[in-house]
Amino acid sequence: MSDETQESLITDEMRASIGRESEPTTLEVDKTSVRMFARSVGYTDPVYYDEAAAQAAGYRSLPAPPGYLGTPVFNPNKRSARPQGMLEPSRPLKRVLNGGTDIEYLTDICAGDILTSISAVSSIEERKGRLGEMLITTTKTTYRNQEGEVVAIMTGTGIRY
Amino acid sequence: MGASWDEVQEGMEIPTLEKNCSTQQLVHWAAGSGDFYQIHYDHNFAEATGLPNIIVHGALKHAFLGQLLHDWVGNEGRVKRVGCSYRGMDFPDEDIHCKGVVTRKYEEDGEKLVDLEIWTENPDGQRTSPGSATVRLP
Repeated sequence: MSDETQESLITDEMRASIGRESEPTTLEVDKTSVRMFARSVGYTDPVYYDEAAAQAAGYRSLPAPPGYLGTPVFNPNKRSARPQGMLEPSRPLKRVLNGGTDIEYLTDICAGDILTSISAVSSIEERKGRLGEMLITTTKTTYRNQEGEVVAIMTGTGIRY
Repeated sequence: MGASWDEVQEGMEIPTLEKNCSTQQLVHWAAGSGDFYQIHYDHNFAEATGLPNIIVHGALKHAFLGQLLHDWVGNEGRVKRVGCSYRGMDFPDEDIHCKGVVTRKYEEDGEKLVDLEIWTENPDGQRTSPGSATVRLP
């Protein structure tokens, strides 16, 4: 159990993946998906349900509530983009936890928008904590709308242990 | 009506948002967010991974903190950034108190901004999702 002599969990392949951009993912924001998201959080503000109320409040259509960045277009006949940050470490880790989420909003996202996201791993760290050996992967995802404007930047922290 | 920047003071607490998730709400969230990981709705699956129970999705707690801020700023304000870490698990049918305190009030690039410390708190008073945020106010 001599920890010092153990090799790093982080493989060369994982190190090489840092900063590499993913394939783009297309995400749709529509009225039904905004309502579903808002309902699941428990919002009662009518701007998330009633387009007339949203427009009266100055939005183009139902706005996306904080945390909602569109729904990836699902198609079973197309191969999905390779998931980020899931390269195998040098020793197997079985469990995954979400470590944290940070979202910066640059402009409104509303129903009718089509977003494109591109992710890149920004750091991979290993730590010993109460869960034992942990691998902490930070991923930054940039979302652009159909006009090409950056609408949001999400930084996500994934923990494998 | 949302908060107004002129009335905000550093150190002030914003109104608490109270949550308590039924398992049904977690299923709504799974569909609304697209996160179908079974530890959030399948008790047997959760136990098999070593968890004591189904757990509330971290991202749902992040979204609760987003609602805390949206409900406070209203539609004339905007949530500009929301971030939190998931430090402790929360379980269905247990209170989740969503809270925030103003840490800084300032103007930048012509916008009236407020930074906050935000968090979710479990029934034992532990901060299970500590974080920070920036909002724009009218």
